[in-house]
Amino acid sequence: MTNASLSEGAARRSVIARLIRRPTAVFGFSLIVIAVAAAILAPVISPYAPDAQHFDGLTIEGAPLPPGGAYPLGTDLLGRDLLTRIIHGARTSLVIGLAANGLALLIGTLVGVTAGYFRGWTGAVLMRFTDLMMAFPALLLAICLAAIFQPSLWIVALVIALVNWVQTSRILYTETTSLTEREFIAAERAIGAGHGRILFRHILPHLLPTIIVWGTLGISTTVLLEATLSYLGIGVQPPMPSWGNIIFENQTYFQAAPWLVFFPGAAIVLLALSFNLVGDALRDELDPTQRGRD
Amino acid sequence: MIAARDVAEDTDSTGAENVATVLSVEALGISVRTEAGLQPLVSDMGFALRRGETLAIAGESGSGKSITALAIMGLLPAPAVRVTGGRIRLGETDLTTLGERALQTVRGNRIAMIFQEPMTSLNPVMTIGTQLIEAIEAHDPLPRVEARTRAIAALQAVRLSEPERRLGQYPDELSGGMRQRVMIAMAIALRPDVLIADEPTTALDVTVQREVLDLLRRLQRDLGTAIILITHDMGVVAEMADRVLILRDGRIVEEAPVARLFESPRAAYTRELLNAVPRIGSGAVQTARARPTGMPVARVQDLSVAFDLRGGIFGRVTHRVHAVEGVSFEIHPGETFALVGESGSGKSTIARALVGLVPFSGSVEIAGQRLGAGRHALRAVRRAAQLIFQDPKAALDPRMRVGDLVAEPLVIHGIGTPAERRGRVANLFERVGLAPADADRFPHEFSGGQRQRICIARALALEPRLIIADESVSALDVSVQARVLDLLRGLKDDFGVAYLFISHDMAVVENIADRVAVMYLGQIVETGSRDQIFRDPRHSYTRRLIEAVPIPDPTHVRQPVDRPPSEIPSPVRRIGDPPNRRSLISVGHGHLVAE
Repeated sequence: MTNASLSEGAARRSVIARLIRRPTAVFGFSLIVIAVAAAILAPVISPYAPDAQHFDGLTIEGAPLPPGGAYPLGTDLLGRDLLTRIIHGARTSLVIGLAANGLALLIGTLVGVTAGYFRGWTGAVLMRFTDLMMAFPALLLAICLAAIFQPSLWIVALVIALVNWVQTSRILYTETTSLTEREFIAAERAIGAGHGRILFRHILPHLLPTIIVWGTLGISTTVLLEATLSYLGIGVQPPMPSWGNIIFENQTYFQAAPWLVFFPGAAIVLLALSFNLVGDALRDELDPTQRGRD
Repeated sequence: MIAARDVAEDTDSTGAENVATVLSVEALGISVRTEAGLQPLVSDMGFALRRGETLAIAGESGSGKSITALAIMGLLPAPAVRVTGGRIRLGETDLTTLGERALQTVRGNRIAMIFQEPMTSLNPVMTIGTQLIEAIEAHDPLPRVEARTRAIAALQAVRLSEPERRLGQYPDELSGGMRQRVMIAMAIALRPDVLIADEPTTALDVTVQREVLDLLRRLQRDLGTAIILITHDMGVVAEMADRVLILRDGRIVEEAPVARLFESPRAAYTRELLNAVPRIGSGAVQTARARPTGMPVARVQDLSVAFDLRGGIFGRVTHRVHAVEGVSFEIHPGETFALVGESGSGKSTIARALVGLVPFSGSVEIAGQRLGAGRHALRAVRRAAQLIFQDPKAALDPRMRVGDLVAEPLVIHGIGTPAERRGRVANLFERVGLAPADADRFPHEFSGGQRQRICIARALALEPRLIIADESVSALDVSVQARVLDLLRGLKDDFGVAYLFISHDMAVVENIADRVAVMYLGQIVETGSRDQIFRDPRHSYTRRLIEAVPIPDPTHVRQPVDRPPSEIPSPVRRIGDPPNRRSLISVGHGHLVAE
């Protein structure tokens, strides 16, 4: 296996090498690295404490300060430094975006692929359950779940995952059923391949592009869903900042203090975009039939 | 590639008939835009088509024959592919300079085209009548009633029964042969000057092909339409063409009247092509083998496969497809046993049943293991019997390296260490004529023939007792097909493997099989040695199959039979109404014929 794994390693290295040659992928990847670094180093790099209310952070009339001076991105309604809150908010939003989304993908893949590959009773039961979940208003479900559990960052991630797996599962179900009908799967069965081998070696690799695309698209939806939950008071509890709840706390003052919505909004968009760019590049590079197209 | 045009030309052997030229193509060049710049697909193409003549454009895949036809129709997939030079003249108009609007009046009206796959060329949600009448009205503003009369006349001309009822039917209510007739009716309804037929019978069964070819010939005689027939089948060329263009890599290699071409081909490539064509009667003389006495590799008894169709609001089983009905045969070690039949005869279903891919009733025993006797037996059968599919592209996982694909059966059955497996894969690659270094590449990097070799290597990996080749050479070009058949023959001698060879192509079967079974509607109607079947066919269906095969010899005269479309009766039957089992009667020496 040594030689084979060597060439496997070489192949993987060259995937990274090829990714580096894509400027969009490099751009996205750098932004992700910055966001992750900011999240980890938040206490070190942020200029103030996240929930410190600064006396000089408000005008005499009590309005928040615009960007500039001691507060590079301005202050919020309570006179807290916006930059600090966005840096600390990256922690929450990345945990939600990665953990909640990752869990949602995992559940969705498991349910969708199992139902699509085995069909029959198993598939029918799983898919009817999925349909039921799809018909149920996602927000209502999230509210119910959040009301049952005690709100905390990880519980919010769990709730979001339990709401968001449905679309992934539905899409992967359809793809798996058509893949299972393909002739090379019949060929695998004819040489005696078991279910495990067919699922992991021959079906999952073909689903990877879809999983990657849904995974990257899901990051922005989950970050926003967390914001919605925070707004309803069942998300991340204040004063803990998240990009979503910064927007929702301040949205009524959008006209007077647009920076309060613009900066966290830009952070969400850039993060989602970065994951999309990296995901697209990864999808193309992992597909041997696409290699060398551009 | 060919420096000067070393085209063997003798166009004017039929006299100076340039007067009646309807379509002429002069120095036509077509290119495709790629990242590496313009790549020529067709270059320096030129021919003249005379009124009432059939010009065959023949060549293997990628030779540029279909692209030329699309260029004449003005249907090239722009902007990627376009005409880069030359002229296409229809009468006095140069088609290459016409705009889309002007081309629309030419298409269908003066030049019509029929495609290979009639199902995809017809709109499935519109009735035959709507589509036909629409096509007529698009070019000829007639009152609806008159257009309808024209449509009925066109359907009568192509010998469709009950033309009035056909107008109200949808394409999926018709069989493949009937759909191709509808396409032809559409094409001729406006009496075009030129009819381009792009592989018009390739997707059809031989007996249906026969009918469609006869129909085309008769229509041409009646209407005087000039036909450009695009085909890869030299048998069809010999039967239909007046003149032939042989194409290779987008260039004309040879142009000749059909009789001269077959009698004394001048270009080396033409000779190669003609030599590769399998012909009935050219199979090696069969050495009288002693009937093997050993244990058969496969013993199939009373095999039946049926699929249930559900209908009605409660989804109950209302009909049943009797795909295979009471089939029995044995295959002996080192023997090639062929199953022939047309589409829907159940031959592929038998292949799938034999490796346990479809549930069946009856008994299947392979290498002493009875299928259906548990997982262990199934695994043993899947080791002893290997299946090779028709389309190697579909049968190979596109995301795996071919070396891993060939090694996979060994991994699954836990044979050898990784190093041993790699050595074995390298050997197999060499044995099937590929370089061991190719193992690191992906399936899409190979040609069709090479991919089929990869599938063969994969099938050989487990040293099986039986290889089931399901139409395994049908999708390949003739020259590639000949080489793959040679390979299969060679492997039989080296590995002592037996073949179950499934094909619709009588000529190929005659070349490779030791024993043959002819299938019709899920049952065997005749079985015997190759010589018994081909020299002394007893069943009327066997005879019809053999007679329907186009013969690559223009001197072979065949009486055209003006038959209305024959339909293969359906294997779909109501519950409680099973088909009659035919019983086979021996006519001596293992030759069995259905009553």
